[in-house]
Amino acid sequence: MKLGLVIDLDTCVGCHACAVACKEWNGSSAVSGPLSDYEPYGAEPSGVWFNRIRHYEIGEYPDNKTLNLPMSCMHCEDAACVTVCPTGASYKRPEDGIVLIDQDKCMGCNLCSWACPYGARELDKSSGTMKKCTLCVDRIYDLELPIDERQPACVLACPAHARMFGDLDDPDSAASQAVRERGGFGLMGELGYKPVNQYLPARKPRPIPVQTSPSPPPGRTRTFINRVIKR
Amino acid sequence: MKPALSVIFFTVSSGAGFGLIALLGLSDLLQRVGGAGGPSDREIAAGGLVALVLVAAGLLSSTLHLANPRNAWRAFSRFRTSWLSREGVFALAFFPVAVGYLALVEVGAGGGPRAVAAACTVVLAWITLYCTGMIYASLKPIPQWHSPLVPIGYLVLGHYSGALLLLAVLAYAGHRTPPYVDWALGWLVVGAAVKLIYYASMARANACTTINTATGISRARVRLLDAGHSHGTFLTDEFCFSVARAHARLGKALVFLVGFVVPLLALLLSPPTLAVALFAVAAATVGLILERWFFFAEARHVVRIYHGL
Repeated sequence: MKLGLVIDLDTCVGCHACAVACKEWNGSSAVSGPLSDYEPYGAEPSGVWFNRIRHYEIGEYPDNKTLNLPMSCMHCEDAACVTVCPTGASYKRPEDGIVLIDQDKCMGCNLCSWACPYGARELDKSSGTMKKCTLCVDRIYDLELPIDERQPACVLACPAHARMFGDLDDPDSAASQAVRERGGFGLMGELGYKPVNQYLPARKPRPIPVQTSPSPPPGRTRTFINRVIKR
Repeated sequence: MKPALSVIFFTVSSGAGFGLIALLGLSDLLQRVGGAGGPSDREIAAGGLVALVLVAAGLLSSTLHLANPRNAWRAFSRFRTSWLSREGVFALAFFPVAVGYLALVEVGAGGGPRAVAAACTVVLAWITLYCTGMIYASLKPIPQWHSPLVPIGYLVLGHYSGALLLLAVLAYAGHRTPPYVDWALGWLVVGAAVKLIYYASMARANACTTINTATGISRARVRLLDAGHSHGTFLTDEFCFSVARAHARLGKALVFLVGFVVPLLALLLSPPTLAVALFAVAAATVGLILERWFFFAEARHVVRIYHGL
């Protein structure tokens, strides 16, 4: 299994609901402990997030558009963060490919965050350990939850249905099919980490029907009525 | 990258220590092969002690970089994959071997065991220095570090500062120093050359990762509108450190002036007394600390691209 996210850049509206839902679920999760906030009500609020959304402009006016790019851990097939970890705190689960950090083993050396090109890992100053997206491992296998809720919090929260969760190793999963049909891609493929999370590009805009021939002149009755009744 | 002072001190201090003990061991071995006039047993033992203190101080300083040092002991466990773990394991293996070698020297032992101990000490010092360099060189997201010149630089500059320290130790003991001045000058020239090549290659480096490959928008111009956070994050603190280009040029000129030219003039123009050797060591140390600072400050992690940098 190769569990991951498929993010539709065509429908993402950049509302940050996924990041907020992520923070809400994982902040009280036992997998990585609280996600600390620094000065949450101060002048310069900051804190640990697993998911960050950045906004870009593509092209130049008037042929430009906004790109909203949510980024979290890509659960890379060739995860350099796991390779460089000296303590064995970072590991990639063989059964489903989820990359996790054992909070009891991490010594907070930052090397894994240096090895990650996506900025997916953030050091929590309060615990002194590295934290990252767990793909909501404590939701997706929770048999207490109804079956449609066994998905990452970000996927459930997305109001635009721009996020899909699935097994990208299974060619028949909805996520794999979407990637295949829509030409999904991974970010920074040239670095060779083989990110599992995929992004779907913008669709071609559907043509809007427009009138091409000039409309015929109105008949005599209509001309008369138009003259009598003022709109 | 944000310059981490504890790591800068660690690499400069333990680099000098490993360089010093490697040169002491080498000169001991060469003496055994047939040369004479090398450092005496007492000088090797005293110099070796200085080297061990420098290495230990560096390793202790490196733990200051850890946010959760309680788990530092676990860092020896991923020897098979992690260069940081390898560095720790080899540094730990180095200590008993080096202490054993210095003990053999101190009791005046000769022959096979001492030669083997000297060779093992030298090789372990080299391997540990190489591992230090490979920690940085193995990081693909940082093009300025992902280069074979990085471990070469750590090896050469460690030996350069070690050679100056060796000169100081020998001058302190009243040893005849001229051949060791030549040795130090040789390392100085090699060190300066490696650093010049490194800076030149970094200036010409053309990273293949751009904002287009980072966002998957292959052809259009892509520009950051909003990074999504109102104030600094871990990512901006750690990776978005910048140094102005003019400052960097001035700083790197200072690296060469203080780190190489001043020691060169000191060694060439005056008799290599203890004071001159110590002055050269001090200048080279300041130069190498500056060099390490710019090694961090000028490294541009690719995550900066997502932040519009």
